[in-house]
Amino acid sequence: MMFLVFGTNPEMEHIGIGTAGIVAILGYVVVFVGLVLLMAVIYALGKAMTSRKKAAPAAPAAPVVAAEPAPGTAGEVKLYSVSDRDAALIMAIVANKLQKPLNELRFKSIKEVQ
Amino acid sequence: MNVLAFSVGDTLMKLLRESGFASFFVGDGWKSLVMIVIACVLLYLGIVKKFEPLLMVGIAFGCLLTNLPGSSLYTPELWTEFMQEGGEFYHSYGHVLQEGGLLDFFYIGVKAGIYPCLIFMGVGAMTDFGPLISNPKSMLMGAAAQLGVFVAFFGAILIGFTGPEAASIGIIGGADGPTAILTASRLAPHLLGAIAIAAYSYMALIPLIQPPLMRHCTSKKDRAIKMEQTREVSKKEKIIFPIVVSIFVILLLPSTAPLIGCLMLGNLFRECGVTDRLSDTVQNALMNIVTILLATSVGATTVASQFLTMKTLGIVLLGLVAFGISTVGGLLAGDVMCKLSHGKINPLIGSAGVSAVPMAARVSQIEGQKENPSNFLLMHAMGPNVAGVIGSAIAAGFLMAVFGA
Repeated sequence: MMFLVFGTNPEMEHIGIGTAGIVAILGYVVVFVGLVLLMAVIYALGKAMTSRKKAAPAAPAAPVVAAEPAPGTAGEVKLYSVSDRDAALIMAIVANKLQKPLNELRFKSIKEVQ
Repeated sequence: MNVLAFSVGDTLMKLLRESGFASFFVGDGWKSLVMIVIACVLLYLGIVKKFEPLLMVGIAFGCLLTNLPGSSLYTPELWTEFMQEGGEFYHSYGHVLQEGGLLDFFYIGVKAGIYPCLIFMGVGAMTDFGPLISNPKSMLMGAAAQLGVFVAFFGAILIGFTGPEAASIGIIGGADGPTAILTASRLAPHLLGAIAIAAYSYMALIPLIQPPLMRHCTSKKDRAIKMEQTREVSKKEKIIFPIVVSIFVILLLPSTAPLIGCLMLGNLFRECGVTDRLSDTVQNALMNIVTILLATSVGATTVASQFLTMKTLGIVLLGLVAFGISTVGGLLAGDVMCKLSHGKINPLIGSAGVSAVPMAARVSQIEGQKENPSNFLLMHAMGPNVAGVIGSAIAAGFLMAVFGA
């Protein structure tokens, strides 16, 4: 099959209803099988990644003591697809709307919802 | 003086006879007039009603230009010769470059399948596959929502279209413009204009087509289901995903290579973190340039002799059927998954399986919030939505493998 030029299969030009039905069912099955197999691959990939993540803390690590946030800070904020600048803006807006000082608020995470 | 007056009159008459206006009254010239009216209606839909304006305006203007008699911007005869097996100019791009008009040159990119693939690269660079990676079950809804493709294909055969034509019409149900254009340009180039217009019109009408079907296929209680937040997806997973999908899907169905390859390359540019400039170019500059070339050249194929036929009416009708049935397919899969998960999955996200990113996911979000204002389905619906993009590419790959030479 060439890319720049492309013709049609003359044998499939005029097909009967029976052949069309078979092609339709086969096509739907192929799409399903393709995506189900891909789903299995993604599941396996996800499992491998999460198990690796879980295994990582088992390695000898210094005891972690949750440090209190320094006075005047908003604590640790996890950012997902949000720049530092946007996060600062969002936190400032929330503080302003709630009429509370920023250091009395705790932001756990900020995530962009598309 | 007398001689000069005679020459002026003669010249004016000659100009009048050769003008485009005179052509409207000769033979089938009236058809061009009808097409100009259709082009103006499409421009109205694109500009005023905002029907996929980025593409519709270009398509409509291409349609206008190609139907102005004497403009010679697009020459359908050249492309007929191009496709004539055994003919002197069979598959000769050189002949097109020698004899063609400006829109013929643009059209080479469609014919060679370059523009749809570059658009797919842009789509990949703009898409976050995170919701799909975090909830791979979404794939099932993306697959189920391709039902309309194959039902419309079968319907097209029933009403007398040839196999390649029916395949090109069916793919409208994938609700994916570039995929529909690529498939039609390869299997039924004479129907390309009608198929592209139908595909983009129905994509713009998704907020009108889907909600009644969504309410009909789901119960009020199920529509109000709040879904739990899915797991976080690491950066590493997002980088590995396009590589794994490319290897796996292309090995499974090699004919999907142009679409899936470009989609995943664009996504890799986005996620890998070291090609931000390329990602930005693909998402913006390249996407915009290709959209202009694609839209005007697709519009140019709507020459009156090929567009004003009963086949166009059939395409418009079957396109609507394809969209509707794809939506129902996705919703039924959503219903089944809702039952199997004991009410953890809101079936409304199934309708987003018809690709049309992100419009279909937004419709799921809006309908979900109507039943439960605290419901946020958008990110959940993005899973089936992007799975639908991969699903429609696989469906197109299958049809091109069956009906292509």
